[in-house]
Amino acid sequence: MIPASFDYVRPSSVEEACQVLASGDDVKVLAGGQSLLPLLRLRLAYPSALVDLGRLPGLRGIEDHGDHVFVGALTTHDEVLRSAVIKERVPLLALATATVADPAVRHRGTFGGSMAHADPAGDLPAVALALDCVFVARSVDGEREIPAADFFVDYLEPALEPGEVLIGARVPVLGPGWGFHYEKFHRTAQAWAIVGVAAAVRRSNGTVEEARIALTNMGPTPVRASAVETALRGVDLASAASGGTDPVEEACAEADDGTSPPADLHARPDYRRHLARVLTRRAVRAASG
Amino acid sequence: MPRITVNVDGIAYEEEVEPRLLLVHLLRDRLGKTGTPIGCDTGNCGACTVMLDGQSAKSCSVLAVQADGSDVVTVEGLARGGEWHPMQRAFHEEHALQCGYCTPGMIMAAIDLLRDDPDPSEEAVREGLEGNLCRCTGYCNIVRAVRRGAAEMSRRSASESSAQEVPAP
Amino acid sequence: MTEQLVENAPSAAHEVGKARRRKEDARLVTGRTTWTDNIQLPGMMYVAFLRSPMAHARITRVDTSAASGRPGVVAVYSGRDFADEQGSLPCAWPVSEDVVIPDHPPMAVDEVRYVGEAVACVVATDRYRAADALEAIEIDYEPLDPVLDMTEALAEGSTKVHDAGNQAFTWKFAGGDIEEAFRDAPVVIERTYVQQRLIPSAMEPRAVVATTDGDAFTLYSATQIPHILRVMLALTTGIPEHKLRVIAPDVGGGFGSKLQVTAEEVLALLLTRRLGRPVKWTESRSEGNLTVHHGRDQLQRISVAADRDGRVRGVKVDLLADMGAYLMLVTPGVPLLGAFMYNGIYKMDAYDFSCTGVFTTKMPTDAYRGAGRPEATFAIERAMDELAHELGMDPVELRRRNWITHEEFPYTTICGLTYDSGNYEAATERALALLGYDKLRAEQADRRDRRDPVQLGIGVSTFTEMCGLAPSRVLGSLSYGAGGWEHASVRMLPTGKVEVVTGSSPHGQGHETAWSQIVADALGVPFEDVSVLHGDTSVSHKGMDTYGSRSLAVGGVAVLAACEKVKDRAKELAAHLLEASADDIEFADGTFKVRGTGAGRTIQELALATFAAHDLPDGFEPALDADATFDPDNFSFPHGTHLCAIEVDTETGASKIRTYVAVDDVGSVVNPLIVEGQVHGGIAQGIAQALFEEAVYDTEGNLLTTTMADYLIPSAADLPDFVTDRTETPATTNPLGVKGVGEAGTIASTPAVVNAIVDALRPYGVNDVRMPCTPERIWRTVTEADPAIWAGPTAAGNNIGDSAGPPATGGDTTDWAGPTVAGDDITGSAAEGGAR
Repeated sequence: MIPASFDYVRPSSVEEACQVLASGDDVKVLAGGQSLLPLLRLRLAYPSALVDLGRLPGLRGIEDHGDHVFVGALTTHDEVLRSAVIKERVPLLALATATVADPAVRHRGTFGGSMAHADPAGDLPAVALALDCVFVARSVDGEREIPAADFFVDYLEPALEPGEVLIGARVPVLGPGWGFHYEKFHRTAQAWAIVGVAAAVRRSNGTVEEARIALTNMGPTPVRASAVETALRGVDLASAASGGTDPVEEACAEADDGTSPPADLHARPDYRRHLARVLTRRAVRAASG
Repeated sequence: MPRITVNVDGIAYEEEVEPRLLLVHLLRDRLGKTGTPIGCDTGNCGACTVMLDGQSAKSCSVLAVQADGSDVVTVEGLARGGEWHPMQRAFHEEHALQCGYCTPGMIMAAIDLLRDDPDPSEEAVREGLEGNLCRCTGYCNIVRAVRRGAAEMSRRSASESSAQEVPAP
Repeated sequence: MTEQLVENAPSAAHEVGKARRRKEDARLVTGRTTWTDNIQLPGMMYVAFLRSPMAHARITRVDTSAASGRPGVVAVYSGRDFADEQGSLPCAWPVSEDVVIPDHPPMAVDEVRYVGEAVACVVATDRYRAADALEAIEIDYEPLDPVLDMTEALAEGSTKVHDAGNQAFTWKFAGGDIEEAFRDAPVVIERTYVQQRLIPSAMEPRAVVATTDGDAFTLYSATQIPHILRVMLALTTGIPEHKLRVIAPDVGGGFGSKLQVTAEEVLALLLTRRLGRPVKWTESRSEGNLTVHHGRDQLQRISVAADRDGRVRGVKVDLLADMGAYLMLVTPGVPLLGAFMYNGIYKMDAYDFSCTGVFTTKMPTDAYRGAGRPEATFAIERAMDELAHELGMDPVELRRRNWITHEEFPYTTICGLTYDSGNYEAATERALALLGYDKLRAEQADRRDRRDPVQLGIGVSTFTEMCGLAPSRVLGSLSYGAGGWEHASVRMLPTGKVEVVTGSSPHGQGHETAWSQIVADALGVPFEDVSVLHGDTSVSHKGMDTYGSRSLAVGGVAVLAACEKVKDRAKELAAHLLEASADDIEFADGTFKVRGTGAGRTIQELALATFAAHDLPDGFEPALDADATFDPDNFSFPHGTHLCAIEVDTETGASKIRTYVAVDDVGSVVNPLIVEGQVHGGIAQGIAQALFEEAVYDTEGNLLTTTMADYLIPSAADLPDFVTDRTETPATTNPLGVKGVGEAGTIASTPAVVNAIVDALRPYGVNDVRMPCTPERIWRTVTEADPAIWAGPTAAGNNIGDSAGPPATGGDTTDWAGPTVAGDDITGSAAEGGAR
C-alpha cells in the first residue's frame, strides 16, 4: 500500500527539528522508519509532516561514561550489536537488540526510535525499564531527563512533549557480579514477542543479592516485575538443583503481579500471565548461570 | 518536491520525488529497475531487499528521500562483466528458487549476512535470512546455496589476495 | 548463461532423470524478469479498488463526485456504473443438482457479503493518486448480520447470505455396506477435525494489465490459467474469444490462488474497453490477504470402524465446507477432490461420504495446494493414529495391517479409483530407517519416564493422493465444466532447433527445463537446443494450464506424444531421402538410419529439408511439426511416508521439529532436483498449516490476519532441514511413468506434524490439538488435561485408551463453534503491522 501525502523536513540541527515538531500536532519524527513506514503504508498514520532526523550530527553513537553508557537515539540496532562497549558494559541491551526483527530492519531501525515508539511488544523498552535507563530529551527550552520508569506512559505513548526530540539514553553500567538474559517468546523468528523478559541478576556466593526484571508485552507499557525482584533477594540458587521446591520458581510465580496483559491473535491474557512466570524463571536462571 | 540524487547499480540519478515515494517505487516505477519486486506492505517478506550504502535494507520501508545521496545495489547490479555473482550462481546450482519472486531479496540478504560471517553454519544462515520469506522452496536449498556461495566467495577472495602477493611478471 | 556450467555440457542421450539446473533461473537470479507489475505501456492508467469494510450490508448510497475531482483522477466507478456489463464471476463446477450458484458481480451493486469485496474503483494517472482518491469515495451501508459459523448458518432462522439460503450444495458418495461395517464393530473412532482457513500467500501479489487497440484486447495477469481465463473472460465480458489474448508472464507462485477468474481481471478489461487506455492494477499484500481466495476451512467428522486386530472395516465422513460468500471458479469442487481420498492407502469394506457446502460472509474459498486431498489425508491419517492409540498398537504396524500391499496393484479402492502402482512397504521401511524410529521411541519412553517437561512425539503419515488432473470423462461425471487434457506442439526449426509449445502454464515449477529434457531424449537433440513457449494464448493457443499436479503427468506426456508424431514424419521423410522403406529406418540419438547401413539423416538435416522442401515425398507437407493432445485414462497416485519427530515444551506449549523425514514415490523422475524442490516446498506449506497459519475473522466478520505480521508464514529460521528420499515405482498409466509431485508434500506433512504433537502429549490424555497447533493451544490442551490421566511410558509410544476413564481433551473447545472466528476478546493487531 501507499502512504498518504505529507510534508518532509530535513532539519540541519536538533533545535530546528524541535521547532518544526512544535509547529503542529501531526508532525512526526522519522528516524529509521522501520515501524513508521509500515504504519504509513497501511494508512494507519496520517502525519502532516515528517521531520527526518536521519542525518542529524551528534545523535548517533555510543559513549562509555564509566557508570553509564550513553546511546545516541539514532544509533541503529546494528551499531548497538557491533559495539564492543555495549557488549562489555551493558550486555543486556545487546542480548535484547539481537532479537529485534531481522538483519535488514536492524540496519535501519534505531535505538531511540524503538524507545520513542513505546510499543510494549518491542524488546528494548523492557531493557530500559529493567536497567533504569535515563532518557534525554531536548526541546527549544533545553534538555530534560526522563527516567525509564516515567518514560513509557501508555500504549505507543512516550513521555515526550510536542517539540521534544529524544536525544538518547544513559544506560547504567551494572558492576561485577551481574548476569543478564533476555528471554523472548514468539511464534516465528520475525514475529513480535508474545512475552519477553529482560533480567539482570547480581549474585554472590550462590545467592541472589539483587535482581532487575522487566516484562515485554504484559500491558500497555513494559512492566517491572517488582514482586519477583523482592522475592528473589537472598534466594539460594543452588537449592533447586538439590531437589525439593525451587525458590526461584516460587519467586517467579509472582511475575505477572500488577500486569494487564493484552488479548490478541497469538495469546490471551491468562496464557501471557503463565508465560511471564515460566519465562521469568528461565531468564533468571540464565542470568544467574 | 525534494530533489534527490541516488546512485543505483553504478548509475547516478537525479530525481524530483514526492516525500512519500517509497524507495522501491522509485526503483521500479521511475528508474525501471524492476528486478526488485514488492511482496508485502509491512516489511516482513524481504522480497524488496537491496543494499543501501553497503547494508541490506527493505526498500519498501525506506522513503526515496531518505536514500538521497546513497548508493543502492540491486540484484540487477550484482553481475560483473556479464558474469554472475557467486551467490547468483549458487542459487542456480542448488535449485534454490522456484517461482523466483523472493530470489532478488534472498540473494541480497544472503550476501549481506556473509559480511560478518563468511563461513556461516546452517543455523546462522537460517537466522540471517529470518527477514526473507519464500513460499516455494521450504528453504532447504536456499540454505545450501548460501553456504555454497559463501565458500565460493571465500575461495575467490583468497585467490585474489594471493594473486596480489605475486609480483606481476 | 547456463551454458557456462560444466554440468550442463551438451549431451544427447538420457536427459530424463538428470539433475539439470533450470533454464528459468537465468532471468530470475539476475532480476531480468517480467512480473505483470513490471509491464509499462504507453498512456497506462492505474486502478485501485475501494473495498467493503462490512462483512454484510446493503449499499444505500454511493457518491464518487469528490473522488472524481481529485488530482490525477481519470474516472471513478461504483458497481452500479458497471451493473449492466460486468456480468457474474463464473463457477465452473456446479457439483450437484441442488447447487446454488448466486450472482457474483465483480463489483458489488446492492449488497456486500464479505470484508474486502470491491465496491468501487478509481482510475488515475499513477498508483499514488489512485490510492488517495479512494479515500474520497463516500459509501453508506445499512449493516446486516454477518454469517460466520457454518453450523449456525445452516440453523433454522439464520441470517441468509443469499436469498436462496446458506446451503450451497449437498453431495454424497458411498461404496460398500457402511451399516454392516459399523454394526457390532469392536472399535469405533469418532473424531471432529477443524481444517482452518488458510491464505495461500504466493509471494507475488496479483497484478493485471489490460489494453486494447479498439478491436482486440490483451490481458496480462499473474495467473496460473491463461487458457481457462481467456474462455471465461470471453463468456463473462462478451469480448469475443478470438479478440482476446491472455498472457501469463513470469508468475510468482500460485498454489491454487491464481487458479481463478477474478473481479479485478474482469474489471480491468471493462475499464480498458470503456476508457480506451491501458490500465494496471496491482494488489498490496494486505489487500490480497482479504481478497485472494482462501483455502481449506472445513469441519470434518470422521468415524472409523475396526476390528480389534486393527483391520479397518469402514470409514464414514461428514463434512461441512465453508464456501465463503460466493462460489468462485472451482469452490464447490474442492471438497469433492477429497471425497475419494478419505480411505487413503487402506483396504476397507465400506465407505460413506457426505458433504454440505455452506455460505458465510467471508472471502470465498477455492483451490489451495492439494485442494481437498490434504483435508482428506489429514483426517484419515489422524484417525489412524487415534485407532492405533485406542488399540495400543504402533501406528506404523496398524498401517501395515491395512495398506494395499505392493503385490495387490493395480488395486481398485472402495471409492472406485484404481491405484495403478505403488509400494507403501518400501517407502515406509526407508523412512523408518532414515528417522531412526526405534531409537526415537526409546528416547520418547525415557522422557515420559522422567516426566520431562519437554516431551518427544513421533508422527506418521502414509499418504497417497489422486492428481494429474484429470481424465476428462471423470471430470464430466463430477459435473466439472471442462476437460482435463493437455496440449503440446513441437516445432522443428530450419536450423534444427526445437520450439515446444505447452498448454500448461508454469509459475515456478520449471517446465522449461523438464520439457526440454523430455524432448531432448525423444528427438535426440541437445537439451540446449530446445525452447519451451508457454503462457500466452496467442503463442500457446490451446491448453488447460497448471494445477492439481497435472503438468508433467498430462502436459509432459502431451509433449512426448507430439515428439512421437514428429519422429513419425521425420522417419517418412528420411526413408524418402535415403531411398529406403520406412520399415527399414531406425532411430537413435537423433539420427534416422537405414538398418544395416551407415546411411542416415539427422533430425536437424530433415528439418532443414522440410524448410527447403525441394525433395519431399508426394503429398508430404513441408513440415515435421506436430501437435498432440493427451487426455489421461486415470489419475496419477503418488504416495509416500512422512515421519516427523517433534519436541513439545509442555511448560510453554512451544514445539520444535527435530527431524522431518519424507520418502516419496512419484513414479519415474524427469528431474530429481525439481522433484526434491517440490517436495521441500510442499512439506513447508503443510507444516505451516499444522503450526503457524490461520486466517482469523472477528465476530463482526473482519479479517484480523491482513498482513504478514499477523498471518505467520514460516521463515528459514522457523523450519528444519528436511531429510528426503525417494522410491521409484513407475506409473503404469502414462508412457513417462510419472506421477504428480506438486502437492504431495503439502498433503503428507500436515498430519505427520499434528500426529507428532498429539503423540508427544498422549501421556496427558490428549487426543487432539486443533490446528494451527500454536503454543497457546498446546499449553491449554496440556493444562486442561486431567493430571490423574498421566499414563506413563509404553514401549510402542502409545497407551491403551481406557474408554471408561475420564474423557480425553480435544484441544480448546472454545474454538470449535467457528473454526476461523476469534473470540470476542481478540482484537486486531493491524496497528502493530510491520517491523520495528
